[in-house]
Amino acid sequence: MNDATTADRPTDDGSVRERLVGATGTRPGPALDAHLDELRDRLADQAASARTVDVFWRTVTSPVGSLLLCATDVGLVRVAFEVEGHDAVLDRVGVQVGPRVLRSPRRLDAAAAEIDEYFAGRRRDFDLVLDRRLSRGFQRTVLEHLPEIPYGRTASYASVASASGSPRAVRAVGTACATNPLPVVVPCHRVVRSDGTPGRYRGGEAAKAVLIGLESEVVA
Amino acid sequence: MIFDRVVELHGTTVLRVCRALLDPIEADDAWSETFLAALVAWPDLPADVNVEAWLVTVARRKALDVVRARGRRAQPVEHVPEPPAPPPFDEVVARDDALLRAVRALPAGQRDAVVLHHLAGLSHLEVAELTGRSHAACRRASADGLAALRRALVSPPEAVLAPTPATRLEGATR
Repeated sequence: MNDATTADRPTDDGSVRERLVGATGTRPGPALDAHLDELRDRLADQAASARTVDVFWRTVTSPVGSLLLCATDVGLVRVAFEVEGHDAVLDRVGVQVGPRVLRSPRRLDAAAAEIDEYFAGRRRDFDLVLDRRLSRGFQRTVLEHLPEIPYGRTASYASVASASGSPRAVRAVGTACATNPLPVVVPCHRVVRSDGTPGRYRGGEAAKAVLIGLESEVVA
Repeated sequence: MIFDRVVELHGTTVLRVCRALLDPIEADDAWSETFLAALVAWPDLPADVNVEAWLVTVARRKALDVVRARGRRAQPVEHVPEPPAPPPFDEVVARDDALLRAVRALPAGQRDAVVLHHLAGLSHLEVAELTGRSHAACRRASADGLAALRRALVSPPEAVLAPTPATRLEGATR
């Protein structure tokens, strides 16, 4: 914006502006935020029927911090940890999937509920439709094999490499797991180093240890 | 930029424009329609477009469409002696806020200046581009509009409301 347009921005008569804001009931605060949230939810629903949304998102709280959930028309497409930076992840998803990204807690209620149940120890398998477009090639093959590792158990990178048909691709399995676009839901946390230490994880090694600990406690 | 950031940044401004011109229910619909239209256009919108001014343009147009449609619906009533009963909302506003009534009763240029410049925070130049009027005309309308509102605001409520029936009558005789 050039100086000519900013120079005559309203500066005088704050009182008139103040009164207009008051009269329209749009003073910043919890009431306005709640109303805008409701409008955003409605917008997401209407846009979903018009098929003009690329990605819906919401966050859920968990023992490993706030989790970002992103879904397309197809299904859940990305789960992200706080340490990844939710804003940065949304920007990247906007580039990878499409820029029409909308927050809609309602449209991700089912996914949020299943994740809550998982962290409460009441769910072992996720019953969600997944959109796997963010993983390709060998990574996709690896990730599709992960649900074969039972809840509460772990497997080594080497054994997952064998199961994926490339026994020597241990390092590639490590990368595939460390960049899993759907952590928690696709259980890359069950793949650990041969010496038993957790290994690389999108949410950090500590988060990985929490998930392994939770599952082993539930099965014990 | 992802669309959600657009809603976050400009959702309040768009709501203000809609609420200044429409009752709260209609305003919510106009808000939704504005962002739905924006969603359709978003992937193809030039990167250098002034998003806020663009959204305000759409919101103003949606709101004026609603006002015009209301006018068309009201027309047949002109032929009966009784003045058309105002929708229940008007009573709420009359009790609640003489200011919005005064804003809505302003001539179009002054109303645009008050709503788009003073409430939504657009520059006179942006208002000029958006409404197709000259920069000078927008500055003048802004000053005149504020003066008219100030007169309305210092007057007792009866006086604030007085011009509205007169305007209606004037419109009806045309």
